[in-house]
Amino acid sequence: MNAPTRVWDSLQRNRAERLARAQTALGGDLAGKALPAARIADLLHAVLECGDRVCIEGNNQKQADFLAGALSRLDAARINNLHMLQSVLALPEHLDVFERGVASKLDFSFSGPQAGRVARLASAGKLNIGAIHTYLELFGRYFIDLPPRVSLVAAEAADRKGNIYTGPNTEDTPVIVEATSFKNGIVIVQVNQIMDQLPRIDIPGDWVDFVVESPTPYYIEPLFTRDPALISEIQVLMAMMAIKGIYAEYEIQRLNHGIGFDTAAIELLLPTYAESLGLRGKIGTNWALNPHPALIPAIEAGFVESIHSFGSELGMENYIRARPDVFAVGPDGSMRSNRAYCQAAGHYACDMFIGSTLQIDLQGNSSTATLGRIAGFGGAPNMGADARGRRHASPAWLKAGRQARAGTSAIPRGQKLVVQMVETFREHMQPAFVEKLDAWELAEQAKMAIPPVMIYGDDVTHILTEEGIANLLLCRTAEEREQAIRGVAGYTPVGLARDKRMVENLRDRGIIQRAEDLGIDKRLATRDLLAAKNMKDLVRASGGLYDPPKRFRNW
Amino acid sequence: MSSYLEANARERLALFDSFEEFVGPAQRVVSPHLAQLNAPVSFDDGVVVGRARLGDYAVFAAAQEGGFMGGAVGEVHGAKLVGMLRRAVAEKPDAVVLLLETGGVRLHEANAGLIAVSEVMRAVLDARDAGIPVIVLIGGANGAFGGMGIVARCANTLIISEEGRLAMSGPEVIETANGVEEFDSRDRALVWRTTGGKHRYLMGDVQRIVDDSVPAFRAAAIEAIAAIAAARDAQNGAVGLTLEAMEAEQAMLEQRIARFGALPDPLDVWAAMGVGKPAEVPMLDVAAFTAAANPHRQGV
Amino acid sequence: METLNYRFEQGSRKLAAEPKIVGVVSSGNLEVLIESATLDGACEIVIQTAAAGFGPIWQAVMHDFQQRWQLSDTRIAINDMGATPAVVSLRLDQAVETMLGGAS
Repeated sequence: MNAPTRVWDSLQRNRAERLARAQTALGGDLAGKALPAARIADLLHAVLECGDRVCIEGNNQKQADFLAGALSRLDAARINNLHMLQSVLALPEHLDVFERGVASKLDFSFSGPQAGRVARLASAGKLNIGAIHTYLELFGRYFIDLPPRVSLVAAEAADRKGNIYTGPNTEDTPVIVEATSFKNGIVIVQVNQIMDQLPRIDIPGDWVDFVVESPTPYYIEPLFTRDPALISEIQVLMAMMAIKGIYAEYEIQRLNHGIGFDTAAIELLLPTYAESLGLRGKIGTNWALNPHPALIPAIEAGFVESIHSFGSELGMENYIRARPDVFAVGPDGSMRSNRAYCQAAGHYACDMFIGSTLQIDLQGNSSTATLGRIAGFGGAPNMGADARGRRHASPAWLKAGRQARAGTSAIPRGQKLVVQMVETFREHMQPAFVEKLDAWELAEQAKMAIPPVMIYGDDVTHILTEEGIANLLLCRTAEEREQAIRGVAGYTPVGLARDKRMVENLRDRGIIQRAEDLGIDKRLATRDLLAAKNMKDLVRASGGLYDPPKRFRNW
Repeated sequence: MSSYLEANARERLALFDSFEEFVGPAQRVVSPHLAQLNAPVSFDDGVVVGRARLGDYAVFAAAQEGGFMGGAVGEVHGAKLVGMLRRAVAEKPDAVVLLLETGGVRLHEANAGLIAVSEVMRAVLDARDAGIPVIVLIGGANGAFGGMGIVARCANTLIISEEGRLAMSGPEVIETANGVEEFDSRDRALVWRTTGGKHRYLMGDVQRIVDDSVPAFRAAAIEAIAAIAAARDAQNGAVGLTLEAMEAEQAMLEQRIARFGALPDPLDVWAAMGVGKPAEVPMLDVAAFTAAANPHRQGV
Repeated sequence: METLNYRFEQGSRKLAAEPKIVGVVSSGNLEVLIESATLDGACEIVIQTAAAGFGPIWQAVMHDFQQRWQLSDTRIAINDMGATPAVVSLRLDQAVETMLGGAS
């Protein structure tokens, strides 16, 4: 009998068709894998098909901006309904593709600068959000149910064979290219230059289809640079409490800092306050962290053994080169970052995540979601989650696990510390502690299945405010947990509604600790405690190696 | 707390050995204008004035609070400065030391602010005429701008840090009036290159540049007073304005604009002056900068 | 601008005679003027604030402040430009510590 035969190599065939169309369209302009920048539109029209899943680098720092611009200017009559996959929506062009009807669906992780426009386009029906993910989750789906058909990535350089050097800002490129290439997709790379000899090969040319030298170098956002001049006394006090009340208490050696001024203050207090407590070598030795300029004084003071990074940071390149013992520096002398591996490391190989947030509710659920903005959370849900698959022990992990299970009949296990650090009031006297997260209303407004939460209450182990530290590991009931949170919520409505007796009792039991309880003299909480007070101090601390981007300099 | 930049006005007064305040905050002499504008007042209207001891010297002094309204001069603020300067003429201290941090006239107070600043100018020149040297210190985040920039240049000696700035028109005003190609006010490196302590030192608009520290400003102020006293004793050098000094300054300004007026950027000016490796000037520490600048600077 | 007045009786700690001032009236900050006064043992606090409508929060902050220090025959005057309760408490404590001669 003649059963219909299934075609088993449709992807390979389709890939060959696309490549053939490209060859026809570009003709003699295609030299090996390289094409001139002026022909990019022709290439994209040739290799794309309507409805394709297209992954574009839209990373946290690095942007394939030339390719983003080209994509946004395509003829929507010829190419439309693309399903965009990207870590971050950072550039206006990332939204232009939806505005103009070139793309219609989106799966992503973070959209900070464009969050308002994402919300507007979504409600106007021009942008259909598949889901918001954390980075590692999105990368995982590239291998399961969201393989990119075409990927648009950015790199430092290519050689004549299409080998790629991604350098310090490697970021998401390896995982994107692998997922695409090994599902017979098309990989297009914009590079800053084409060289005869690369410093090292980060991506083999076998996995790359097209290379285009962009007219200007790819854009990098200096997202992790914080000017010490902007750190306040309150942030210094909170950093002191973090160091004494948590880092020292749990002997936190392996950690990740979330982005922000609160953690920058901690970094700048290591060589001063932490040093005075005798903590060098005992805390903050191994980091999953981007190259934060604010960590330079701590590195120079000998606190830091190693740092693995998700991406690089503009201006830090020469400093990194000069500190190969600390950073992930290759045989060629330059760093390689890797978001996927660093996210995995942050999840399993670190004992603590500490970061800031906008809102916390009475169960400890934490979210940065606000009305009118669909921002997502980037890596925080992954970094700020207990690693249930973890099996190796460390003192911090065991101590946290014991505290969480003391007095219960649960089998012993460890737990990762997840610390949320926030001032009780934000700008314009907005309380950080609320009965109900704005995320609920946003979910309704944006038709989401569940409210978007950055870190769930069951994963949060400590909440740190200027009022003190609430240790949720030691809470045994939902009521204790609620009062512990109210007890550090200060003069917000949530804080003022506390049960005073219960809060006093929680303080007696050490579940709430105020600065005085930690033996911290608040009068020491001044900016004088910062190891660097401005950008120039950071440059000097680096021996002149750190070269801050223009916007951070007054020289 | 050692940083002059980060210290508030009252903390900067630590550079004196002792300080006795006139019209202090407890007397609550506040601005009569700000309440109408629904703006908060400050009990000292943003300036501390009084008499002090500085090493061997008896001085009168003022410190402007840059945090309050950008240090801008309103009616009460200006009256306190003028009153202190007039009292100095009466009591004849060894010097007047002005710790300036100000955007100039407090526009909220309109004519009262304008009049206040012009009265301060007159009072500074009167003090000098009475033989009392006026020393100005500039090292706050807001610099010394506007009419108070003019007041600063009416002093005998100006001492500045590289973080300090001295000018008349603010960067945003220049950009608004003349366009971003003329002056990009968001290019902070350009703003400091043009109005900051190092350029002012090279141009001869200030006489000393010091580290950002209260002790460094203190030492420089004492040295400045001593130098003026020595010049006065030795050559009967005038503390007040003289025709000769004004003509010399006019000549310097004419020559300066003839030499450098057409150059687009301070880097070009420094190169034309003969300063080696101008691009490295912004990162030099004060000692290295002063050594590099002294053979070439103007106004000597 | 909003003006708030508080008076607390039954304090016990009297302070030195000379008035002190801490803080600066800049954005997110405040100045606190503290002085002895004959008030039948009471502590009076008057606040002029650019951030109107937060009366109950000021009330709670002032109450806790008085619980900490139990001041008597003391007048405190505040010019506030939108400081958070954390900064307000910090400056108030700094003002008292300056009066007690213990400030850093």
